[in-house]
Amino acid sequence: MTRRVASVDQVSTTPLRLVTVEDRNVQIASTIAVPVIETEAQLKALIVSLSGVDAVGAEARAAKLSTRSIKKSTKLAAIEMAISMIDLTTLEGADTPGRVTSLCTKAMRPDPRDLTVPSVAAVCVYPDLVAHARSVLGSSPVAVASVATAFPSGRASLKVKLMDVREAVSAGADEIDMVIDRGAFLSGRLGQVFDEVVAVKEACGHAHLKVILETGELVTYDNVRRASWVAMLGGADFIKTSTGKVTVNATLPNALVMLEAVRDFAETAGRTVGVKVAGGIRTSKDAIRYLVLVNETVGSTWLTPNLFRLGASSLLNDLLMQRLKQQRGAYVRADEFSGD
Amino acid sequence: MSDARLDVRKTYKLLINGAFPRSESGRSYEVTSAKGAFLANAAQGSRKDVRDAVTAARGAQAKWWNATAYNRGQVIYRLAEMAESRRDELAEHVALAEGMNSRTSQKTVSASIDRIVWYAGWTDKIAQVLGGTNPVAGPFFNFSIPLPSGVVGVISVQESSLLGFVDAVLAPICVGNTVVALASEARPTPAVLLGEMTSSSDFPGGVLNVVTGLTGELAPVLAAHEDVDGLDLSGVTFEVGDELAALAAGSIKRVFRPHEKESDSSLRRLRAFVETSTVWHTIGQ
Repeated sequence: MTRRVASVDQVSTTPLRLVTVEDRNVQIASTIAVPVIETEAQLKALIVSLSGVDAVGAEARAAKLSTRSIKKSTKLAAIEMAISMIDLTTLEGADTPGRVTSLCTKAMRPDPRDLTVPSVAAVCVYPDLVAHARSVLGSSPVAVASVATAFPSGRASLKVKLMDVREAVSAGADEIDMVIDRGAFLSGRLGQVFDEVVAVKEACGHAHLKVILETGELVTYDNVRRASWVAMLGGADFIKTSTGKVTVNATLPNALVMLEAVRDFAETAGRTVGVKVAGGIRTSKDAIRYLVLVNETVGSTWLTPNLFRLGASSLLNDLLMQRLKQQRGAYVRADEFSGD
Repeated sequence: MSDARLDVRKTYKLLINGAFPRSESGRSYEVTSAKGAFLANAAQGSRKDVRDAVTAARGAQAKWWNATAYNRGQVIYRLAEMAESRRDELAEHVALAEGMNSRTSQKTVSASIDRIVWYAGWTDKIAQVLGGTNPVAGPFFNFSIPLPSGVVGVISVQESSLLGFVDAVLAPICVGNTVVALASEARPTPAVLLGEMTSSSDFPGGVLNVVTGLTGELAPVLAAHEDVDGLDLSGVTFEVGDELAALAAGSIKRVFRPHEKESDSSLRRLRAFVETSTVWHTIGQ
């Protein structure tokens, strides 16, 4: 594997490129060439070289794509795809082993009456409940994801954050959702953010690393694009929009900016990074809009649970309700499925 | 200064969750007077409007039922007050829609307003009539109380655009249900007006939802919707009613079908959408 330092002009970031049907799938660079970052100056030079995001264009594009109509059998397929991409999440102070047990049961078999419904991708819990979730899930294909690194604020020393990660991994977590230090990012200490991602990635070992950018606190789309790059350069397997704990959660334009960053990274560095949207996604309509956005930005290659995830809890019930509605031809009751 | 001014024409809209949206579908249909003259462009509701209305009604039901019976009576009485102050407008619409002269239409409006007051009075009395204590062989105090069924779908009677509508929607509302009503297809404007009045009479949003449109298109959606607990089939023929009742049976709804000559003072409508809950309470030393 050849690694090299990217010179500034090697990073292509075409803003809002139109994707035609023919080249909808991203041309992933044939060799992995992730730029090696050795100094903060290198990192800053690379990040500063990223072109700015056309905010009006991004919002208009996301709004336009969200009007696309997905009906009948396509809708049914999209609903099942969305179910298979869910990280079924419970991140409450009041979480108990009992609650996690029911969550895991639901994750493995979302609709107990219908075995054709796929299981969700993962359950997402706090580190202290990882071992319990692992024991409930047993050998099922559902992964255990755990938030770590002083979630949701990320305000702890690196030592504490790494301990948090190691404990979750040793308890059986397959995936770690870390938060970046937004304070450091916003005050320009990109090197610190980068170093933390690198250190957490190392502490993860075999576990996949999702890096939460918390776009609701990053203020601008330019910051979202920059933070995406810092996370991906640091070794993130996924970049994730939000913790779900602040006022502004995942939005379509933010997801669009992140998907474009992922596309540009794949084209230049040759490594595919996944995207997880989380927070505030409650309806099937919302979920399908994200699927359309993924398909139109990075292509169908990304339409797999390995590269796209939806972090949610109440969304699953709505997807199941809509699925049943498609099958029965009548609107169904909300209490048809167990509550969370 | 010229007296000429632009006509301020009214848009007849739906009532969903306390708001007045146009149909989600963007459609409208022409409503004519009984003599065939153009009257209004009414919103032509779609199945998604029905869906939204049911969601709103479901959301409002617990709050409406948890209000005291006294309070529900006050709210319904206030609707009568609002209707009284706009009675001429109501009478004009009833006259045009049903082809009445103005005296008859005024009479119909009076009867409708009186009926609203009648239902206002029933809110805190219905439990005494439909409920009570039951004699049981044991040391128990046993009593039954009527609870609302939940969300009631009303296919409002087609001919009587105001009085029929008042009966069909206020009976279930007065006992604690929330309602999604399909207004008379050919004569929707009095129902729309009454819906507007609920928003100035302390009705919580979603307690009464009014969808105008083609009954043949919307009624099956309402009848099959699994989150609707009761269905009033006043506005369809017996044959169509059978089909709709079969759809309603899919989710075990209560179904109300009026008698050919339903008496004004009949309690059948009040009885139609309640569930009797019986409680056993220990007594004795």
